[in-house]
Amino acid sequence: MNAAAAISTEQVWAWLAEVADPEIPVISVVDLGIVREVAVADDGACVVTITPTYSGCPAMQVIADAVTGALRERGIEQVELRTQLSPAWTTDWMSEEGKAKLKGYGIAPPAQQVIDISGLRRSASGAQDLAAGVRRGAVAKPTVVCPNCGSSHTENTSQFGSTPCKALYKCFDCREPFDYFKCH
Amino acid sequence: MDNKIAYLLRQGDNALILSQRLSELCGKGPALEEDMALTNVALDLLGQTRMWYSYAAELEGAGRDEDKLAYHRDAHDFKNCLLVEQKNGNYADTMMRQFYFDTWHYFFIGALTKCGDERIREIAEKSLKEVTYHLRRSGDLIVRMGDGTPVSHAKTQAAADQLWMYTGEFFKYDAVDEAMVAAGVAPASEPLRAQWLAHVSDIFGEATLTMPSPDAWMQKGGKQGVHSEHLGYLLAEMQFLQRAYPGSEW
Repeated sequence: MNAAAAISTEQVWAWLAEVADPEIPVISVVDLGIVREVAVADDGACVVTITPTYSGCPAMQVIADAVTGALRERGIEQVELRTQLSPAWTTDWMSEEGKAKLKGYGIAPPAQQVIDISGLRRSASGAQDLAAGVRRGAVAKPTVVCPNCGSSHTENTSQFGSTPCKALYKCFDCREPFDYFKCH
Repeated sequence: MDNKIAYLLRQGDNALILSQRLSELCGKGPALEEDMALTNVALDLLGQTRMWYSYAAELEGAGRDEDKLAYHRDAHDFKNCLLVEQKNGNYADTMMRQFYFDTWHYFFIGALTKCGDERIREIAEKSLKEVTYHLRRSGDLIVRMGDGTPVSHAKTQAAADQLWMYTGEFFKYDAVDEAMVAAGVAPASEPLRAQWLAHVSDIFGEATLTMPSPDAWMQKGGKQGVHSEHLGYLLAEMQFLQRAYPGSEW
């Protein structure tokens, strides 16, 4: 128990940085921005706060188990996982390192946000902002760069891909189809 | 039942029943891209269902959890709007149901991000980005199908006309809705309806579709548990395992 008490939150963050996302194994749950907070009590008990990417993301349970498992393996017996909805997860929280790793893996990283919630909250005329958010053509299409050849001459072929967080694109230059990690 | 619990259950029921309808198309979508989109939208809605049900179950404190709420209730206990239980029909029917729902859902959830209940605000904030994406997609498809070939136009117009009578229920508030408006939780009906009509009108204009009359006669009953015959069949399939093997777990 004394050994556990000496563990720092930095150490826990470092361990969690090794926990891979189950669906995109090249990035960690820390790179993704899923882990929001780590707290270690004096008695060694560890509280990890995580946030879901998408409401129905089927990987969340696997991620929760992986986080708990990784800390237990390192000798932390008391691990508590808390789920926090607000502030809602956004791809802005993805680390630059994570984006680079995604690209290296063949997935184009997110290029903009789908809708800026913080603006909506601040604005007094929320109703108008809402209507603008879904007006056709009002929202500029993101420039998605092909992860294979670097060309921005690409086109969206499907708004959804193999997981809720991805869309499908194709590159007109190298002719390769690729996954795009949607902005969220 | 407490008004807030009833209100939360309605939101969960709307999301769950539409999610189940869309799931029926898994592996049967008209194109691979559509198949993936339908099931991913279904997944988002299922995730949102869990958030609504969990909060309702916590407030209720009667030992029911999200699974019991989904699998251990019969048709009259579900208070979803009639629109979401309507059958998938042809693809114009499926997408028109989605577009009508998404438009309401988007403005409704958007309003809830400012509501007086912190937990509901959190659920709404979490859902809004997903719902925005859903509406942009269904709006685009309505334009493509409406402003498409003569056949796709005719089918899309028929779907618009046929499903129209199920859209009044979103804005026909009963005692539960009114209590939630008074409590600073629910958005008032009229502004919400104006936003809904304006967006549907915009998209229909671009889609060369004729919008049915806002004053048309509207169906009701879903919020009171009086459903069309379709819901029973839907539940029979969704709840089969729990009915055949009560309490079974993965």
